[in-house]
Amino acid sequence: MSGIDSQTSMNRAETGGLEVAYVRQELVPAIAPPINDSGVIGWMRKNLFSSIFNTALTLFSLYILYLTVPGIIKWVLTDAVWSGEDRLACATIAQGGALPDDWKAACWPYVGAYLKQFIYGRYPDAELWRVNLTLVMFFVGLVPMLMPSLPFKRENIIFMLGVFPVAAFVLLSGGNLDFNGFLLPDAIMAPSELKFWVDFLIVSLIICAGVGAYMNATDSDPKPAVILTAIAMGILALVLFVMSVDFGLTPVETDLWGGFVMTLVIAVTGIVAALPLGILLALGRRSDMPAVSLFSVIFIEFWRGVPLITVLFMSSVMLPLFLPDGVTFDKLLRALIGVALFSSAYMAEVVRGGLQALPKGQYEGAMAVGLNYWQSMRLIIMPQALKIVIPGIVNTFIGLFKDTTLVSIIGLLDFLGMINLSHSDSTWATPVQAMTSYVFCAFVFFLFCFGMSRYSIYMEDRLNTSHR
Amino acid sequence: MAVTDSPAGGSTVREKPKVKLLNDPKFRSIIFQIILVSFLVWIIWGMINNAAFNLQKAGIASGFGFLDTASGFGLNFSPFIDYTSSSSFLSVYWVGLQNTLVLAVIGIFFATIIGFLMGVARLSSNWVIRAIAYWYVEIMRNIPLLLQIFIWYKGVLATLPIAKNSIDLGAFGFLNTKGLFAPQFVFGEGSGMMGWALLIAIVITVVIGKWSKKRQMATGQRFPVFWTGLGLIIGLPLLMYFIMGQPVSTNYPTAGNFGPKGGMRVIPEFIALILALSLYTAAFIAEIVRAGILAVNKGQTEASYALGLRPGQTLRLNIIPQALRVIIPPLTSQYLNLTKNSSLAVAIAYPDLTAVFAGTALNQTGQAVEIIGMTMLTYLAISLVTSLFMNWYNAKMSLVER
Repeated sequence: MSGIDSQTSMNRAETGGLEVAYVRQELVPAIAPPINDSGVIGWMRKNLFSSIFNTALTLFSLYILYLTVPGIIKWVLTDAVWSGEDRLACATIAQGGALPDDWKAACWPYVGAYLKQFIYGRYPDAELWRVNLTLVMFFVGLVPMLMPSLPFKRENIIFMLGVFPVAAFVLLSGGNLDFNGFLLPDAIMAPSELKFWVDFLIVSLIICAGVGAYMNATDSDPKPAVILTAIAMGILALVLFVMSVDFGLTPVETDLWGGFVMTLVIAVTGIVAALPLGILLALGRRSDMPAVSLFSVIFIEFWRGVPLITVLFMSSVMLPLFLPDGVTFDKLLRALIGVALFSSAYMAEVVRGGLQALPKGQYEGAMAVGLNYWQSMRLIIMPQALKIVIPGIVNTFIGLFKDTTLVSIIGLLDFLGMINLSHSDSTWATPVQAMTSYVFCAFVFFLFCFGMSRYSIYMEDRLNTSHR
Repeated sequence: MAVTDSPAGGSTVREKPKVKLLNDPKFRSIIFQIILVSFLVWIIWGMINNAAFNLQKAGIASGFGFLDTASGFGLNFSPFIDYTSSSSFLSVYWVGLQNTLVLAVIGIFFATIIGFLMGVARLSSNWVIRAIAYWYVEIMRNIPLLLQIFIWYKGVLATLPIAKNSIDLGAFGFLNTKGLFAPQFVFGEGSGMMGWALLIAIVITVVIGKWSKKRQMATGQRFPVFWTGLGLIIGLPLLMYFIMGQPVSTNYPTAGNFGPKGGMRVIPEFIALILALSLYTAAFIAEIVRAGILAVNKGQTEASYALGLRPGQTLRLNIIPQALRVIIPPLTSQYLNLTKNSSLAVAIAYPDLTAVFAGTALNQTGQAVEIIGMTMLTYLAISLVTSLFMNWYNAKMSLVER
């Protein structure tokens, strides 16, 4: 109102303070925008019918949608069978059931009956609480880690990368590993758990002494480095100890693992192992030392150049040949090694992108304040580079998550493997069985991957604003 | 560290600081590299040793001698190479490689077309088109490829009618659970001359293109290269076709009581793989195309219009060349991905390199190291050759830039 007042007073000023008949004293009320350019109609004119060609395109695509979408809705929802005990619920008259002969739609009770296997594989019923506990721990640790506004990031990451993997291993497999020692000859001490710890102590002392001697030789203070090494060895000992303790859990062989849980195990282990390896390879590729950079380049380009399925074949067929006599890995571990090596090469390229995106001044600044190579990487370069590549890491994880389905080809019963296995059960054998289970599987994968890609876009936007 | 401090305000010449050998970066890097190399040698030597021992224990003779022995199994798909069960394992390798390449080339062809269409559609001013393209991309790239292959193979193609009730596709032949029965071209006597005519037409077109560019540089006059070239490439083989007395005929499949007869049978495994590979990769190509077009500044379009170019010319001479510079490198890596992903054929037993060589042949002979090694090196060679091409292309393109 005050704006209008000042305007009228200005008009008065221009006319010398006189009320002139042909000068308006108040604003004319705004006319509503033309109905054809605003609101629903305007939007449609602009976005759907802006030209003859556009109108034709709109009508054509609406026709395509008319042909497909109702069919999909009928298949998934309205025509689908929602309850039943066995295949007869989803069989047409010709197949022995009660449905009309041209019926074709989803058979959801079959998915319901198999849901437990799809999630847990053949994990024993009595022990399912262990899987559930692992999943709860995983999501409780993961969700706050992904929300940038929440505090305690450091503790959270330590939990996810340090505590959770050990706990998950003990819970899922039952723990209670047998260690027999590896260093001293049997003549001195018979193989036993105690011998392992004696061996471990000897090795730790040698490493600590080596670190101390090296620091001494380079004129540095050996004390903090030796203490740090000792703490690291202590943590390693604690981890190994927890893995070897008998918690009274029934051991569950990895043959019985499966379903969506196995998909998660492979994807998460793959990405967690790939991250440190990838960082080392990325640093190696940018190193000034010719042997190191050549090795990194060959390693990265080799794994990126071959398909994952040949890597899995290699790890399942060729890897046992390369191991010493008597050493065997189980099938899951072999696949995990293959997946980890494969994704570390992709991770290395993602991290290298982050390293290259940093301005050169950051490297020079780190050198100028007198930090050595590892200090500058740890304190200056990596925190910035890794922050830039969070979306890239998430995208690598999405790729890896989808690629875990390939382990079903080498006979592991992951989510897709379990689904294919369920097709051999005659209780639910109908022509729609395969499609129903695949649509279910596709839906689950879509939810997870789409969610992750949204998160990656969200992080990208967030990081962009803080950088520019 | 060991740097000696010169006294404050000292006028002495600064001497070279004495550094302990272990603190000398050069010496340290040499030592570190020696340690790394000897560690790698030790690992590789250990692996070779173990492999030799394990192979000896399993009674498998290592070496490539097995490649000459007869394979003893048949293959249901080999379009260009004659193969019988008495052929050697080496020809199994060639058939596998051939099938992989056939799959990759045809998959790349369709993926490129669908991908470019969807990429342009993502930028359309039409809301429905934009929405369809968006959801196409999101659905396709968020579902695992292997699952998509299974959906097409076991979910869709396996539920087609049996041979007796084949679906009639008219000019495209018949479709049933045994695959697609498509018309086949039969090349008779003299059809080789048509190939030569095509080759000559292409050569002439290239020459005309070079000449017209030179003339345009000199005189500013344009020559309709595209239409001339198209006319030559279609016309010359067509002319030869009639000169040689119509040597090419088509063998149409016909409906019979026990299914379609004649024509060319395309196995369902192949159809499922082509559908899955090209639809999946097209989603990624669409995003690349979209990013490439968006990367060209709007000022470029306006500048072209200001120079008086028509919209078609703007697109052809200004936008597309610049967008391609952004598009080609990631596009090549998508082509590579498709080629590598074609190894998933093993899941539905299409006889590609991985399935017949790293699968069947490996099971028959047990020569794990040689066969897996050959397979991986083959894929690696394809990747490396493509990357070399890509580097060459990038170098060529970046010359234009500055």
